[in-house]
Amino acid sequence: MRILLEKRSEASTLMAISSPFIALGLTVILGGLIFALRGFNPLEALYVYFIEPLTTVWSIEQLIVKATPLVLIGAGLSVCYLANVWNIGAEGQLTVGAIAGSAIPILFPAWQSPLTLMAMMLCGVLGGMAYGAIPGYLKNRFNANEILTSLMLVYVAQLFLDWLVRGPWRDPQGFNFPKSITFEGWQLLPTISGAIHLGCLFALIAVIVLAFVMGKTLKGFEIRVAGNAPRAGRFSGFSRTRMVMFCFLLSGGLAGLAGITEIASTVGQLQPQISPGYGFAAIIVAFLGRLNPIGVLFAGLLLALSYIGGEAVQISLGISDKIARVFQGILLFSILACDTLILYRIRFLPRHAAAAQPAE
Amino acid sequence: MTGEPEYLLEALHVAKVFGTLRANDDVTLKVKPGEIHALLGENGAGKSTLVKMIYGALQPTSGEFRWLGKPVHIPNPAAARKLGIGMVFQHFSLFEALTVAENIALAMPGDFDLAALSERISRVSKDYGLPLEPNAVVADLSVGERQRIEIVRCLLQEPRLLIMDEPTAVLTPQEADQLFRTLARLAREGCAVLYISHRLEEVKRICHNATILRHGKVVANVDPTLETAASLARLMVGGDIHIVKSARKHKIGDVRLRLDHLNLPPDGPFSVGLKDISLEVRAGEIIAIAGVAGNGQSELFDALSGERELARADMLLIDGTPSGKSGINERRDRGAAFVPEERLGHGAVPSFSLSDNVVLTRHSTDETLVKSGVVQKSGATEVSGRVSTSFDVRKAKPDPEARSLSGGNLQKFVIGRELDRKPGILVVNQPTWGVDAGASATIRQAIIDLARDGSAVLVISQDLDEIFEIADRIAVISRGELSEAHPASQMSAEKIGLLMAGAHEVKEARHAHIA
Repeated sequence: MRILLEKRSEASTLMAISSPFIALGLTVILGGLIFALRGFNPLEALYVYFIEPLTTVWSIEQLIVKATPLVLIGAGLSVCYLANVWNIGAEGQLTVGAIAGSAIPILFPAWQSPLTLMAMMLCGVLGGMAYGAIPGYLKNRFNANEILTSLMLVYVAQLFLDWLVRGPWRDPQGFNFPKSITFEGWQLLPTISGAIHLGCLFALIAVIVLAFVMGKTLKGFEIRVAGNAPRAGRFSGFSRTRMVMFCFLLSGGLAGLAGITEIASTVGQLQPQISPGYGFAAIIVAFLGRLNPIGVLFAGLLLALSYIGGEAVQISLGISDKIARVFQGILLFSILACDTLILYRIRFLPRHAAAAQPAE
Repeated sequence: MTGEPEYLLEALHVAKVFGTLRANDDVTLKVKPGEIHALLGENGAGKSTLVKMIYGALQPTSGEFRWLGKPVHIPNPAAARKLGIGMVFQHFSLFEALTVAENIALAMPGDFDLAALSERISRVSKDYGLPLEPNAVVADLSVGERQRIEIVRCLLQEPRLLIMDEPTAVLTPQEADQLFRTLARLAREGCAVLYISHRLEEVKRICHNATILRHGKVVANVDPTLETAASLARLMVGGDIHIVKSARKHKIGDVRLRLDHLNLPPDGPFSVGLKDISLEVRAGEIIAIAGVAGNGQSELFDALSGERELARADMLLIDGTPSGKSGINERRDRGAAFVPEERLGHGAVPSFSLSDNVVLTRHSTDETLVKSGVVQKSGATEVSGRVSTSFDVRKAKPDPEARSLSGGNLQKFVIGRELDRKPGILVVNQPTWGVDAGASATIRQAIIDLARDGSAVLVISQDLDEIFEIADRIAVISRGELSEAHPASQMSAEKIGLLMAGAHEVKEARHAHIA
């Protein structure tokens, strides 16, 4: 038997919708296999990983809080990827956003007013945008591959943060720990309910605004043209260089907002480690969410679950929480593989004789 | 051997099904050794599907092939080449940065000795009247010379059947004549040629036999020398083709589009620069620019449309307004419309619906499409429906993706989308390239009607029949230089051919003659 991928005449809507679910199914199966190979009961481990976190109010709140940066960044990245702009450096833009936003409480620790918080958020967004503008500029000016430049800038940002919290911004009363002062009052985002804070609302608003922009406006149209047929984009009078910059500013700004949101809520101060790789996990969120802002909302929740599940299996079963990265990797791999089926269908053919039989 | 089999290749009741489409349905084709066999049909009739199966690139759903009377299975092109089947595709697969010999070496099985191969290339190519310099870099060669490489590549493998897919589409009339002499010689030596073409006159001239396909079925097998071009066309289309009425009596008015010493440097090593191009297109007039592909046509189109900016605004005037530094949408706002050569990916986004593709080129000129930044789906659907009705765009559902339309239907849509605006100036590159006869007639008629209503039309085309059918004046582009535009009545295919070749190649030919 031969397996053949046959091109469909039109993209399959059914597969576009079901592909994430098939990918999720595959991930669960492969994940169960990994648990089994490690000598655990796969069903029990999968229950602890995927179901148990959804059974308590506390963990559901945690889920939403963890999903917030993923959704913010993922929504911006989905716009980039739709336009064929490959920003892989959201983690760096998140870091710079966190640094820029934290500059306010660290440099003006006595300033306490609602304006403080607004200034912090604004600086976070601007920091992320500025840091995103670097690969955008390099792409437009020198045609430098944005995948490489944006990724490398992540490490620059992280090392810069490390230097700041060990050096100039270290808390003088912090017993020499590499941490800044602890933020308080209007330097932190107010909570809405339980652990859920105002930043979660930002994510929701970003999703709604981007869904409207992408679905209804000429700008959204331009973005989709840019990704699907760059030549047609030029024919339509859209500028590629402006599109590249727009994407980097948008996704950088949202990543920066995610960074300062994290600092001004769960973290509460600047420290060397501020994100468990949200900027990278958001790449999976973007694809899992079909590069669609609404889809990103659900994908963000799922990826958040993978983090919380990772912690859960570490506590209950003693498996390293790095298993979360494994699950995320399998998920991305499966979703990309399943997406092939949107444009192709699988055909099984009976095997023919292998070689030509020339008549002599 | 007791008695050669009568047929070299037989395809018996071959069918190929893609999804619900029967691309080939009970097709029977028999090719004798030493005959030039034409395969005729409109676009989408199933010619390419059939030859791809013969060449092993596709597998039939049912039916069988026989080679010299014995059943044979051809799983891939390598097996086809082993049998002695060679194919020259419409789109060449050559590495531009490599030499002729290196390109050919890449296609040869097993080890090779480049020096010996070069020597063989010179000998075989000269033998067959297709002289090639083995050490020339492909990027420097004309399209005609590139095609020679593809042909010589096949000849070196001593084929018994040579398949040619629209070989003359890219040749000057003189180059085509040379190709016909080569094919005639191959046929005399016993090699069969399966010849796909749209050009019925040339089929009548060189082919011994013709099989005609329509909607995937064989509708006739005739001796083309006993047919007229009109009777062959009737068989292909299944009815009379609508004759384009040119009605040349319409009034010629003021200059609407003016190119004034337009210069454009090449934007890459394989691009052609435009040199000092001047041209005036008047209201009511159709000017055609003839030329062999790759002589600056696409660069000229980009310069006219504004996809590439010009050095000075006054190199291009639209109704007197300097527009050389304006973007494509500003030029559209001034009344110009553009239709590029490549439908999918340039003129239309393949994965977008037709209504979205309306927005693609009309978002700046049409207020009903975009209101304060929001795309009006209803307006776009209305335009798309109007275009589909007036240009008879056939589609399976109301608003399909562009890529699901056949080439002819999509071209009608892409042209109709612009004509629906009643543009004052229309620039169109290859209006009927790869489009079937019925759709071609519709498109040409629409272009003529537009000019008659007072628009200025500039058509870039490689199809001389088309040019003579619609143009009032004809200019020829060669290596980025444009000849003067002469009235169509004073031009002949031979004269255009000489202009196409350009001074450069005439000199070269003379050189070769002396040597």
